[in-house]
Amino acid sequence: MHDMNVVDLSRLQFALTALYHFLFVPLTLGMTFMLAAMETVYVITGREIYKRITQFWGKLFLINFALGVATGLTMEFEFGTNWSFYSSFVGDIFGAPLAIEGLMAFFLESTFVGLMTFGWDRLRPGQHLAVTYLVALGSNLSALWILIANSFMQLPEGAHFNPATMRMELTSLSDLIFSHDAQAKFVHTSIAGYVTAAVFVAGVSAWYLLKNRHTDLARRSFRMAVLFGVLATAGVITLGDALGFVGAQAQPTKLAAMEGLWKTEPAPMPFNLIAFPSQKYQTNYGEIQVPYALSLLVTHSLTGNVPGVDELEQDATQRIRDGIPAVSALKTLSANPGDPDALAQFHAHEKDLGYGFLVQRYAPDVTVATDDQIATAARDAIPQVAPVFWSFRLMVALGLAMLAYFVLAVIYTMRNIVERKRWFLVIAVWMIPVPFIACEMGWVVAELGRQPWTVFGVLPTWMSASTHSVGYMIFSLIGFVTLYTIFIIVEMYLMVRAIRRGPDDGHDAHSPHTSQAARLAGYAEG
Amino acid sequence: METYAVLQCIWWLLLGVLLIGLAVMVGMDMGVGTILRYVGRNDVERRVALNIIGPHWDGNQVWFILGGGAVFAAFPLIYATAFSGFYVVMLLLLWSMIMRPLGFEYRSKLPSTSWRNVWDWALFISGFVPMVVFGAAFGNLFHGVPFHFEWNLTSHYTGSFLALLNPFAILCGLLSLSLSVFMGSTTMMNGGENEIYERARNLARISAIVAIVLFAIGGFWVHGMAGYSIAHGPGAGVPQTPLQQGVSRVDGSWFANFAAHPLLWVVPVLGFAGMLAGGLAANARRSHLAWWLGAVAWLGVIGTAGTALFPFLLPSSSTPDQSLTIWNSSSSELTLAWMVGFAAVFVPLIIWYTSWAFYVMRGKVKADHIVNDEHAY
Repeated sequence: MHDMNVVDLSRLQFALTALYHFLFVPLTLGMTFMLAAMETVYVITGREIYKRITQFWGKLFLINFALGVATGLTMEFEFGTNWSFYSSFVGDIFGAPLAIEGLMAFFLESTFVGLMTFGWDRLRPGQHLAVTYLVALGSNLSALWILIANSFMQLPEGAHFNPATMRMELTSLSDLIFSHDAQAKFVHTSIAGYVTAAVFVAGVSAWYLLKNRHTDLARRSFRMAVLFGVLATAGVITLGDALGFVGAQAQPTKLAAMEGLWKTEPAPMPFNLIAFPSQKYQTNYGEIQVPYALSLLVTHSLTGNVPGVDELEQDATQRIRDGIPAVSALKTLSANPGDPDALAQFHAHEKDLGYGFLVQRYAPDVTVATDDQIATAARDAIPQVAPVFWSFRLMVALGLAMLAYFVLAVIYTMRNIVERKRWFLVIAVWMIPVPFIACEMGWVVAELGRQPWTVFGVLPTWMSASTHSVGYMIFSLIGFVTLYTIFIIVEMYLMVRAIRRGPDDGHDAHSPHTSQAARLAGYAEG
Repeated sequence: METYAVLQCIWWLLLGVLLIGLAVMVGMDMGVGTILRYVGRNDVERRVALNIIGPHWDGNQVWFILGGGAVFAAFPLIYATAFSGFYVVMLLLLWSMIMRPLGFEYRSKLPSTSWRNVWDWALFISGFVPMVVFGAAFGNLFHGVPFHFEWNLTSHYTGSFLALLNPFAILCGLLSLSLSVFMGSTTMMNGGENEIYERARNLARISAIVAIVLFAIGGFWVHGMAGYSIAHGPGAGVPQTPLQQGVSRVDGSWFANFAAHPLLWVVPVLGFAGMLAGGLAANARRSHLAWWLGAVAWLGVIGTAGTALFPFLLPSSSTPDQSLTIWNSSSSELTLAWMVGFAAVFVPLIIWYTSWAFYVMRGKVKADHIVNDEHAY
């Protein structure tokens, strides 16, 4: 039996390490493509400035990339160390995209990132450009396979439970790969990475423009970044809407939490712009609503119905009752795999097996589960509404703010007046953290909204953890927090230092400060 | 039924290929980390050492990640049981490995000597610890690991952290470390000059001798050990759980496969031959040849362990009947088949472009070049 503290601590540890890893991933996804774009301009025009631009941003990219690689290792380990039941239960399906990621994407990205860094003098410009594109392709393919794996947790398609091996098994790789959730999530997430990189490059460039340093590099970088950014932000919003549309069908409980929807009401339903959800009383305080909007957003029609928490809890209660015979049949089959009665009973109820597991948390022998225990388990089927509700709104609001920012930026850049709008350049610098927060909020909505399941409707989170002692979990948590805190301080320091020093080449004609800065930096180097 | 058993054996072999790839490619980088402060006596020499593997360590590291991913995909029960059972060891491994990308990327970013020293030691830990753990994990497989399953295959590990550091495991850990030092040294010979070259050559000769001695002692040790053998069970190619077999422990049975198929003695002989010839080649300044012979030594060592254990992957010392074998811990037929397909396409492709990357960056790394190159570590 699982110690609940261990499950909670495992969740906390996974959330911390995943959110930390996800600080570096989006920037990597976007920067690789921006570097490829910058280098393309260099190769086509042959102008040295674009080579310097590519190399400068490449340096910042690598500082970020190192920590992305390092913290990615943790994620792979954690499935086995902290979520061992999950790993053995769905490894047949979940392991495959992870291994394919390594084979198809990660090797490509990592092998060529070495050549990208060290190969400037060894490769012809066209060859080096190809290498840069392969890094971009690799990092984005990597995201594709990871999100295919993640989408199995959101919408488990292409798999079934095999009582002979007591686990989930793959039935169709193409169903797994071409799951709508996977496709929508991949484009939404990878383009969110492009937005992140665009805001980052534009923000750092704006800082140079404000300081009147490296202006030639900064002006060109800013222009490229905002063009890239406006397109990407428009894409990310459109695709976020598509993801919501797909997700609504896959996980009505997540949708109800995102929208703070406690009761099913007749269509067309209003959208809660602002509300303060109370899980205990199953109601919202201080709602500000937009009429009709929810039905329009979620079902793309005025007649579409969206189920509320009350209806979803009733469904869960029924499915738990239907799942109980499946769990008890499975126990018989474990001792006696050939038992025909148990097999028949299992197959009659297998689609609700996961719901049977939900009540097993309260009634280890599910056949004697009381109505109270079933009701408690059914309440568990609804995720924590307030954090999901607010994370979602924060993500959307930041997305819209970035769209507005990029539209303005493009207008100012096109009219060539951005350098006169000092206030706007200040905003551009302050925008740098915004996409990072939006990405993290997106992760929270996707993963917290999926609770109480690790694999939606199939495997509850409480069962998925390893059987460890609380002491082990505290030991590992302290270790991660200590190491990661040191790392982020080091990374931020190096990043800020590299930005302050800029491209130390000394021949930036428009900036009298550059050569002096480079000289000072030279003294610092000793 | 037949196909499933064949696929299980293919994945057992592919797992071996990945482990050897990991040992050779990651092992050489970790060897460099371990010997960094010995072969490089000043900052420039250390930078030269780091830049010899600088363009490749990141790609090499994927062998490790892919190894993990492949165990996850092909033998999920092994992945789950081993990673959660070896919890503390896995965390030490992970934490030491995390320092490596940062060590490479961040070390030379600041001029301060103390900053660089800290990262040198980080690189030492992240080279030394994982290779010892890698070998020690293998050593523990021969003794068996105390774990058992509940009815629904929830695994429980009942041993302590310190029990994993038993004498035989430490011996295996040191064997793994010495081979990694050998690979690191020959890599330094390939790309280094002058003092670096000579110090590396010295280490290559020593580590080859140490590895030969440790491998021989290990062989005698295993000979007297109680091995595992399957008494009854559903057999190969049948979907099953680890709850359906009987396993007995018999002295010397880790040699049963060699006794049944004498041709298999080629595998340990390859191990010895690789180490011996590798040491001689390093002595004769044929460093590229020595590197390849080191890879052959790894093939021999990992092959010997795998052959001895076959079909066991993770024996249970507390509940031998629930030991994990390739038959009861592999993925389903469909997953194994798809994964074979992907491996067949991508492994040759990876080898091809990795070779190209090494070809592009071939040659000696010069100290004066490093000092002036702003892309260098």
